[in-house]
Amino acid sequence: MACQGLSKGETVSSLRAESENLKAKLEEERSKLHDVELHQVAEKVEALGQFVMKTRRTLKGHGNKVLCMDWCRDKRRIVSSSQDGKVIVWDAYTTNKEHAVTMPCTWVMACAYAPSGCAIACGGLDNKCSVYPLSLDKNENLSAKKKSVAMHTNYLSSCSFTNSDMQLLTSSGDGTCALWDVESGQLLQSFHGHSADVLSLNLAPSETGNTFVSGGCDKKANVWDMRSGQNIQSFETHESDINCVRYYPSGDAFATGSDDATCRLYDLRADREVAIYSKESIIFGASSVDFSLSGRLLFAGYNDYTINVWDVLKGTRVAILFGHENRVSTVRVSPDGTAFCSGSWDNTLRRWAGYSFRFVYCCIWTL
Amino acid sequence: MSNNNASSSLAVAYRAVKQLRLEASVRRIQVSQAATDLKNFCLQNAHKDPLLMGVPSGDNPFRPPKSCGLL
Repeated sequence: MACQGLSKGETVSSLRAESENLKAKLEEERSKLHDVELHQVAEKVEALGQFVMKTRRTLKGHGNKVLCMDWCRDKRRIVSSSQDGKVIVWDAYTTNKEHAVTMPCTWVMACAYAPSGCAIACGGLDNKCSVYPLSLDKNENLSAKKKSVAMHTNYLSSCSFTNSDMQLLTSSGDGTCALWDVESGQLLQSFHGHSADVLSLNLAPSETGNTFVSGGCDKKANVWDMRSGQNIQSFETHESDINCVRYYPSGDAFATGSDDATCRLYDLRADREVAIYSKESIIFGASSVDFSLSGRLLFAGYNDYTINVWDVLKGTRVAILFGHENRVSTVRVSPDGTAFCSGSWDNTLRRWAGYSFRFVYCCIWTL
Repeated sequence: MSNNNASSSLAVAYRAVKQLRLEASVRRIQVSQAATDLKNFCLQNAHKDPLLMGVPSGDNPFRPPKSCGLL
């Protein structure tokens, strides 16, 4: 029973008063340890020179907005999903399409590559997350082997395999995250604590154990223990929806991108926000963020069609990348850190031989 | 009816307090120490970061290889 443990005389108002006291105490404790800013600690670090990054590959093939993408651990394959229900697996070196699946729903907002490289997971407005084993036979119909794993009561916003192909972590517009067994479809753990849609999740790098971070429309970023379902830390400093969360490579911090036009860095051991990446000239929301391998660079895609590259330590912007003709919806650095891929709502119209084609691009960038 | 609402508000308020008690008990370190560790991680791994340092064209599968000049 939820009320077990209530002391005698506790009422709603006494609990609410205690809530307020605890929140104030939390703020006070966090402030006591706030002795310096990250950029001050990084003052003597050599500044980064000018960054020139170019698009090296353009993956053309989606007919409508690219909503999500993920790299395979082999560092060359990519899975991407779009508004028109298509999920495509690409070889990023050659730009060839290796597989294509048409989902029964539109707005496939989430897709992920399995660690083995042998399957992909995706979902969106169907409120589910389904796993498709990838066949070596290009002619095989992937939909035939589709397995429905996760069931939410609202749209699927994000999904990720854990360290094996056997478990899937999902986040949803229903305000929860959940851990599923892929083989049986069984719900292993659910994570309650957000008070609005959860938009993004990211697993901690494997050395740091079984935790993950989620961010959502309640402006909160929550850190969870995967085994117990417990919300172990919570951060609420953004002024609008958090669209994306991503761990710093050491696992000791994570970054967020938000509709409030800022990206922020939260340190887990200091239990607070330690940096804000913003400029007065940036007024559009950040939809997606990812770190370079060393954590020094933060790539962030924005709704003003640009990608800003931030110096994580100094808090300054080191480059703006223009390459898309519409909102950048997803930015992901490759597993070996040699490149990053960006997907967008680009909807470039091309005319050829009397027909009109809409092409939507994913771009691969390197130095 | 009102009884149900009362007990669910109580449950919600109790859960919130329980969660906050947990969060308040988290052990924290000073920002100076945390920031120094973040900085050190970046610096120690910088040389391995291809998007920071660049890699020779030959090692980067995405960069066009320099022309061979055999002819």
